[in-house]
Amino acid sequence: MRKYIFKRLVAAVLTMWVLITVVFFLVRLMPGDPFQNPKMTAEIRANMESYYGFDKPLIVQYGNYMKNLFKGDLGYSMKFTNKTVNGIIAESFPFSADLGIRALVFAVSFGLVLGIISARNRGGKLDFFCVIVAVLGTSIPDFIMGAVLQYGFGIKWGLLPVAQYQGIEYTILPACAIGFYTLASVSRIMRASMLEVASQDYIKTARSKGVSEFRITAKHQIRNAIMPVMTIMGPTVASVLTGTFVIESIFAIPGMGKYYVESVSNNDYSMVLGMTIFYGVFLIFCNLVVDVLYGVADPRVRIGER
Amino acid sequence: MADREKFLELKNVVYSFHTYGGQVKAVRDVSFEVRKGEILGIVGESGCGKSVTAQCIMRLNPEPPGFFEGGEILFEGKDVLKMTNKELRKMRREDIGFVFQDPMTSLNPTMRVGAQIEEVFLGRTDVSKKEVKEKALEIMRLVGISDVEKRYKQYPHELSGGMKQRVMIAIALVSRPSLVICDEPTTSLDVTIEAQILDLLLELREKLGMSIIMITHDLGVIARMCDRVIVMYGGKIVEKGTAQEIFYDTAHPYTKGLMGSIAKLDTAKGEKLTPIEGTPPDLFFPPKGCPFAARCEYAMDVCKDNPPCSYQLSGEHVTNCWLQHEFAPDTDLKKENAAELKEGEVK
Amino acid sequence: MAELNRESFVIRGKDTVRMESISRPSLSFWQDAWRRLKKNRAAFIGLCVVIFYTIMAVFAPMFSQYSLSDMDVTSRNAFISAEHWLGCDATGRDLWVRIWMGARVSLSIGFIAAIINACVGAVIGGLCGFYGGKLDMIVMRLVDLLYGIPSLIITILVVMVLGKGITPLIVAMCVVGWIGTCRFVRGEVYRIKEQDFVMAAKVLGIPDFKIIIKHIIPNILGMLVTNLCMAIPGAIFQEAFLSYIGLGITPPNCSWGVICKEGITYLRYYPHQVFIPAFFVCTTMLALNLLGNGLRDAVDPRLRGTE
Repeated sequence: MRKYIFKRLVAAVLTMWVLITVVFFLVRLMPGDPFQNPKMTAEIRANMESYYGFDKPLIVQYGNYMKNLFKGDLGYSMKFTNKTVNGIIAESFPFSADLGIRALVFAVSFGLVLGIISARNRGGKLDFFCVIVAVLGTSIPDFIMGAVLQYGFGIKWGLLPVAQYQGIEYTILPACAIGFYTLASVSRIMRASMLEVASQDYIKTARSKGVSEFRITAKHQIRNAIMPVMTIMGPTVASVLTGTFVIESIFAIPGMGKYYVESVSNNDYSMVLGMTIFYGVFLIFCNLVVDVLYGVADPRVRIGER
Repeated sequence: MADREKFLELKNVVYSFHTYGGQVKAVRDVSFEVRKGEILGIVGESGCGKSVTAQCIMRLNPEPPGFFEGGEILFEGKDVLKMTNKELRKMRREDIGFVFQDPMTSLNPTMRVGAQIEEVFLGRTDVSKKEVKEKALEIMRLVGISDVEKRYKQYPHELSGGMKQRVMIAIALVSRPSLVICDEPTTSLDVTIEAQILDLLLELREKLGMSIIMITHDLGVIARMCDRVIVMYGGKIVEKGTAQEIFYDTAHPYTKGLMGSIAKLDTAKGEKLTPIEGTPPDLFFPPKGCPFAARCEYAMDVCKDNPPCSYQLSGEHVTNCWLQHEFAPDTDLKKENAAELKEGEVK
Repeated sequence: MAELNRESFVIRGKDTVRMESISRPSLSFWQDAWRRLKKNRAAFIGLCVVIFYTIMAVFAPMFSQYSLSDMDVTSRNAFISAEHWLGCDATGRDLWVRIWMGARVSLSIGFIAAIINACVGAVIGGLCGFYGGKLDMIVMRLVDLLYGIPSLIITILVVMVLGKGITPLIVAMCVVGWIGTCRFVRGEVYRIKEQDFVMAAKVLGIPDFKIIIKHIIPNILGMLVTNLCMAIPGAIFQEAFLSYIGLGITPPNCSWGVICKEGITYLRYYPHQVFIPAFFVCTTMLALNLLGNGLRDAVDPRLRGTE
């Protein structure tokens, strides 16, 4: 087990390093620069460039950046003057994280339940309903879902707040909008996996032991069927995160997604760099956690026979 | 042996599967009984319905798509088909054990071996947790698992194939059932392990005195283990009798064919084995008459359209074949004393 | 059974015709798959919708009196009418034309990106799976690495480097998009390669490329096509997403993502400006998903021969 975690950890760190390096050089390749202001004189411009260290050779810049990164310093924003990238992330990340976690919990729990119900009632009316939800869910992009929910529940019927972020009721619509796609794919995978497991020999063995149907479902079927769902948890976290990008702008939530999109259009190098690295490292970390959890859940992985 | 008390009886069981392609008639009018302490062999080629028949007894076939179209299965006088879920579970827990064909896939990969054995005792209030563990360890020792305390905590993938099959047998036997059904228990194991497992089953029968239904396609296994034998073909019983009668007084052309298609030690070098030509019938559209008619070298016109009657040849020996009819020509299979069984008599 | 007579008790022996008979018709793999796909009503409707949208995207804008950027000032934000079949947007541009012009962009990006990804992934994955060795090891290390990095981040960065437009978008989507197919194809090829019929072909001295064409490709093609079909909605969604956050297609060009984004500003007062393009995006994705599901079932060897 320890060996398995260690291996995953090394792989994760390596991936992070590659990510940071690639992102650093890609960002420098971008056309345009942050100081495109016609009023700016050449002198000011040179000052600015030396202030941010752009006059030094690229490799030195890279070295400095990595050094600062080790200290946890992502540098200054170029557009939001006097703000550090760390500061902006610290300010906006809680909103995104809060929204993301709600969406994730909503999506995964409902997705699993739907998948289980669906598989247990295979061919029945409930199954039909669940399959329809799943197919619809994977066919509606989250920004459309957001618009539909906002219009229906917020504007038309006035049941829930339309936008902004001031309390729990404000998060319901955006979290649903982000989570719906994930919910659908989780329920789809869970359904397929439940049915797959149901035809396994060990389920028959359990039945031959006189184990109750409830326990067979709970202890044998779900436990084994959940494995494939766990493997998509990494991509799922990523998809929830991308969901926050657009949903935050639709619902005017001051999260990271909003800043990221703005920085991209402003060519704010250090912001894009910092936030990309933050996102990337965060997702790689999530993958690592999922991998370790997977190892805990499946004894076959734990021994290291994968 | 006939005097032994019978405690499981199948009467005219018909079992089908509803699939997308139509109805598969897997078991067609099968009747037999199991007596205390005996080993009953069911033999036949793949797809002849022997596994389905065995699983019917515990109602392990998934329903749907499978369903009973008729007949009854009496276990100690109670009809399994009319049992409530609770009674059925109690029977599976305490009275009948089942050993599956493939130990690799028959154990839950995410559960420890010990827990899987102990699961048999779930829902029983008469044994304490400690007793349950003791029973599990005891049965593991009994089926020849070494180092039981360690194995108890291991997961199935940490065990070898033979060891897994021992665990399966332990699961089947831990509640000391009166009947164990072994569905090709050695097919997926290699030959040396096969011998060990078969010896183990014989030894356990001596010690525990349970009956065994042994399902196999291997006549060698039958010869070695069984007291009585049922030969199945195309979802029907074609011949049944004591092992002696089946091997030395064969009455059905299919049984004869089976015997001819295996190599024996005394088969001379260069002597050819005689396989049964052709393929088994498609059970989507089973033939109207005798299922074996198309492949039978003794086939007569009557066989095509008329399902054969049953003929009693001795106390135990029964066959379903027109060759025993009084009109039939004399062949090496025709018996002198064949008596036609009337409809309604237990076949 | 009184009708039994002595004549019927003459030994005839084996019935050589009936004993080998196979009572169900034999169909080739693709015949069988096509037959089952046709039977799957949802998948068939999906296929029809996709074809219909494609035809409309090609021809509808040609036969309209409006063009992509014609602004009809008098009918700003107009609702559906005889004049403007799907209404107008905030600057008075005809949505019917914009939708089908957008469909051209969205559909072609979706199809092209998915096809490139499938081809690149299949070739690389196939080579790795078939030949193994050093090539396989190097590529797989790279794939593992890329797989660990969230693909969206790479896509965004590449778009930012290459600039905006259709081609950069497709390139960006392909930088990481082939990985999924590559892993899947490699696994499949590896599995098939190990099977006895390939071994038999090798022992018979059949050259590698013939083995690939005769044995490997037919065995993975079905799944590959299914994969491709499932990847198209993903690509369309990605395009819409990138355009939505301002990184993909930019005005005056338009795609479904762009139309949705423009419409969402006026959600409160003119919801049709969002919901009409949204309807087309969703139905396309739905149709492709249904078609993909149907294909998956149709080519699944475990389901062969069933209705």
